[in-house]
Parts: sequence; C-alpha cells; structure tokens
Amino acid sequence: MTTITLRIAALSWRLRPRGVLVTVGGVLLLGLLMALNMRLGDIRLSVPEVIAATFDPSSAAHFVVMELRLPRALTGALVGAALALSGAIIQSIARNPLASPEILGVTNGASVLVVAGVVASGSAYGGASGLLSTLGIPALSLLGGLIGGALVYGLAWRRGLDGYRLVLVGIGVTAVFTNVKFWLLTVGDVNDTGRAMVWISGSLNGRGWEHVQPVALALAVLLPLTLLGTRSLDALRYGDDTVTALGVRTNLSRTLMILAAVLLAAVATASAGPIAFVALAAPQIALRLARSGQPPLLSSAAVGAVLTTGADLIARTAFPLELPVGIVTAVLGAPYLIHLIWRARK
Amino acid sequence: MRLQAASVKLGYGDRTIVDGLDLGVETGTVTTIIGPNGCGKSTLLRALGRLLKPQGGEVLLDGKRIDRTPTREVAKILGVLPQAPAAPEGLTVADLVARGRHPHQTWYRQWSSDDEAAVADALAMTDLTDLAERPLDELSGGQRQRAWLSMALAQGTDLLLLDEPTTFLDLAHQVEVLELVRHLHQRAGRTIVMVLHDLNLAARYADRLVAMRDGRVIASGAPHEVLTEDLVREVFDLDAKVIEDPVAGTPLVIPIGPHRRRPAPDHLVKGP
Repeated sequence: MTTITLRIAALSWRLRPRGVLVTVGGVLLLGLLMALNMRLGDIRLSVPEVIAATFDPSSAAHFVVMELRLPRALTGALVGAALALSGAIIQSIARNPLASPEILGVTNGASVLVVAGVVASGSAYGGASGLLSTLGIPALSLLGGLIGGALVYGLAWRRGLDGYRLVLVGIGVTAVFTNVKFWLLTVGDVNDTGRAMVWISGSLNGRGWEHVQPVALALAVLLPLTLLGTRSLDALRYGDDTVTALGVRTNLSRTLMILAAVLLAAVATASAGPIAFVALAAPQIALRLARSGQPPLLSSAAVGAVLTTGADLIARTAFPLELPVGIVTAVLGAPYLIHLIWRARK
Repeated sequence: MRLQAASVKLGYGDRTIVDGLDLGVETGTVTTIIGPNGCGKSTLLRALGRLLKPQGGEVLLDGKRIDRTPTREVAKILGVLPQAPAAPEGLTVADLVARGRHPHQTWYRQWSSDDEAAVADALAMTDLTDLAERPLDELSGGQRQRAWLSMALAQGTDLLLLDEPTTFLDLAHQVEVLELVRHLHQRAGRTIVMVLHDLNLAARYADRLVAMRDGRVIASGAPHEVLTEDLVREVFDLDAKVIEDPVAGTPLVIPIGPHRRRPAPDHLVKGP
C-alpha cells in the first residue's frame, strides 16, 4: 500500500494517492452529473439557460431548476453519500463486505413503521390518519430506523460488541421486520399499499428542499466525526486484544461509529426511502478503485453520491415512464461491482 | 516496582480463575510465569495488561489504578503482545510494525519523524529491515513472531508483556524468539513479563520465575530457587529430576515417568 507523508512542523498526515484520486474524481463526476440533471428532463435547458435560471428569479426556468431539479438532485447526492458512508462503516466493523444498514435493522425498521403508518391512515380500517399526518412519512421512517438500529445493537451486545454477532442478530431482526412489513402490505387496502410500495422501492420523485436539509445537516455533522474515527476503525481490523493494548477503547469506538452509521442511514432513508444497493456496493467499489484494505470513508461517500445521482438521472430521463431510483441503482451498481471483482481475480 | 497486582480476583462471567493474588513485577527484569494448563497464568497476564478487568482487587501501574488511567497513556508505558495475535490480510511487515505507533499518533500527527525513527529502530533490532516490504503471510512462523515483537517494540514502552510468544514455533524458532527477548532486555533495558510453557527455556531466559497453580502463586524468585524437584511435583504433579543445564548453568527439568527408563546396569541385576 503506497502512501505519501505530508509534514508541516510537528504536524503530519498520511495520504493514499489513489484514495485522494477516487474522491476528487468522484466529486468532479458528481458535478458533471448534477449539471446534466439540471439540463435534462421534460423541459430541456441549455447551459446558459440553467445559469440564468439559477441566478435570476424572474427567468422562466427558475422554478424548474431551483424548486424541482436542484433539490431533487441534491437529495439524491446527499442520500447516496450518507448511505455509502453508513455502509462503509458497517462493513468495516462487521469485517464483512455483505454488511449494510439493512443488516443493522435500520432500513427495515423504517419500512415497517412507514408501511404501518400508510396502511393505518388509509380508508380500509376507518383511518388513523391522525398518526400519519402529525408525524409524516419522514418522521415515521426516522423513528423506525432508529428503533430498528437500537434493537439490533441492544440484542447484539454481550459484554462487548462483536462483528459476527452483530451480523447474525441483524439478519434475524431483518427477517422479522420483513415479514411484518409483508403482513401489513397483505392486510392493507390496495391503494394504500400501492403508495407504500413506491416508498419501499426508494424514490427521489418530488423531493424538495425540506428533504435536502436533514440529510445535509446529518452529513455536515457526522462526516467530519466519522473521519476522525478513521484511525480507530483502521486499528479495529486487528484482534481485539491487540487493539486494546494499543490504547484503543474498542467497544466505545465501535459503538460511536455504529451510532453514526445508524443515524446516517436512518436520516437518508427518511428522505428518499430505502434506496437499494448503494450502501452495499458503493463502499466495495470505492475499496477496489482505491485499492485499500477496507472501505475508505470519504471515497465511499463520493462513489455513493455519484451512483445515486447517476441512477436518478437515468431513472428520470431514460424511460418513457419514470422509474424509482432504487431499481436503477441496483441495475447500475451490480454489474459494475461484479466487473471490478472479476477484474481483480485475474 | 512499576507494575503490580494487589489481591486481584479474575475470571470470565461466573467462572473465577484467580482469587486474591498478589504479584509485583520487579523493574528491569525478565519475569516468566509458569504453571500447568488452566492455572490462570494467561489470565493474570491479561489483567496486568488491562485486557481483562479484575472482578476484585486492583492492578497498579506506577502507583495508579490501571483501569482508571487513560488507556492511551497506558499504551505509551506498557505494551502487550497477546497470544496468537491476528492481523488483517495483505499486510506488510512495515505496516504491522508501524501500527505499534498508534498510541503516539493523532489525526493531526499521523506519521511524525519520531514514528519513522522508532519503526526503523524496531525493524533493525529484530533483524527485519530487509523483510520490511514483504507480506506478513509470506514469512515463516519465527519471522512472523519477530515482526509482532517488532511492533510491540515500536510502541516504545518500558514494560512489555508477552503471552506465550513461542507457541506454535519449532524449537529453533523458540530459541530465536527468546534470544531476541533477552536481547531487547539488555539493549533497550525493558522490563519483560512473559508466559511460557517450556520450563527449561523459562529457567534459561528469565531472571525471575513465578510458578502458579489453581490461580495461586506457589513460588517466585530466581530460577534456581524456584525450580526444584519438590516444586515441579507440587505444581505439575510430576516426578522429575532437576539437574544443572550443561549449557547455561540454569535448572534443567528431567521428567520421570514409569515407562522408558534406562535399564539398570548388569552387575546390579544379576546379583551374587
């Protein structure tokens, strides 16, 4: 593993050039995709038109760019970054490339509560619309995600936190949640469950600034904090005794990092629904591009943002009927990940 | 005495392994803990290295309770090499040794010139400079154990605890590792506590022996004081002869069993 050292007086940093390259490349690609996102759609805009629309409130396309396309694209990018960051942390701690926020009970906890809210508020059972209208889908999703995460964490804790036990407990809890979700979908009114299904697939349709804000806030706070935890996360790859001997508080580090991962995934899911595959694939793609030992946090976030924004662009413009973004992320991400794994094998 | 255990009670869950044990580690010596399987010697070492929290009593480092001292500060004074340590895949020797600098680093001081010098020193002292860029999985068992010792050395601690540093090694590599431990003690003046299974090697390479059985210290002191025929019987339930090691002059334990004994000389068998 090649690294370069940067020293200024008593300060020093170690950088991995490939990791920096992936992150910078990802951000540049993200900028390009965002620009395309502003231009393409039912109304095609030229670059000058987009610029005019951005800065001139009186321009004809101002509403389309500033109120429809930009918040939607930003939601996609931020949600993708948050999910990928969450996935990178969970994969590192579980020492398992198949781990994701889904394993931590976040995604399915959110789904259960949202579906329950939608079904209960519907017409079929006289309607408990009070619950849904006061809380709203994002709040229900956030609550469900946090409950799911807390449940898995609490059940997995046994005199400390072990990656394997976390994954196993997570799979169990996820199975229960999934079945409750399906049961609710079965007993619910067809119209209500239809609405719930759109949310479950993960969609960026109709996302506005109110969806951008929570994810932006969560990332602004948690991204720097998780980056500070990178060194501990890296040390946790060794056996627990070795890491403890090196002065790392293993259980505290794991708990804080998992808390960050749960919050990121829960907030992201509250904004856009459970977008499939980003949290799983983006860290693994970033790891292979950066050729590092475990998923690099910043690069993973960049890849996640690119994957989601690109997928939404396709979902929004490539087909006569708009698709939920979650379907495209899986269709787009899976072959690319398989390609990277296949290439590495040779 | 910088490191001591005061009436510690140790165990896992409901199972108590050590109850009310006192032990002081004499500064500047190599102390080796011996005893039968399950006597609690590794448990004691883990407690001394704050890898296991005592259920009662206390472990003191420089007069302060070790579990109340920030673990990072402890890591600058006390290094622990666990039994059969695990490293992530694909690591080079240099990566592993550099990890020893972890307690000295922060996010704004990730690789200081001190770190670089300490790692270079540690590699040189363990004779691994030429192998620094080799992946760990390509090394022999003895070389790998040397790399782990090198990591513990790069940590730059005055005290070093080694839990069975010779397990899974053949005799030649056992000697190689213990010679290195002795070398570190002499060259760098470290205080070393280790757990060993082989009594003869323990006697040869330690300044002090601590013999344990059933979670208690039966005897401690210089090898020739501790390692007697009576003690071997008391600690291991084994009849043995203890003679002088013809090479090192330290005690050498020869076990006595009912089988495989030298036939008595002819004139004693025939009789008159």
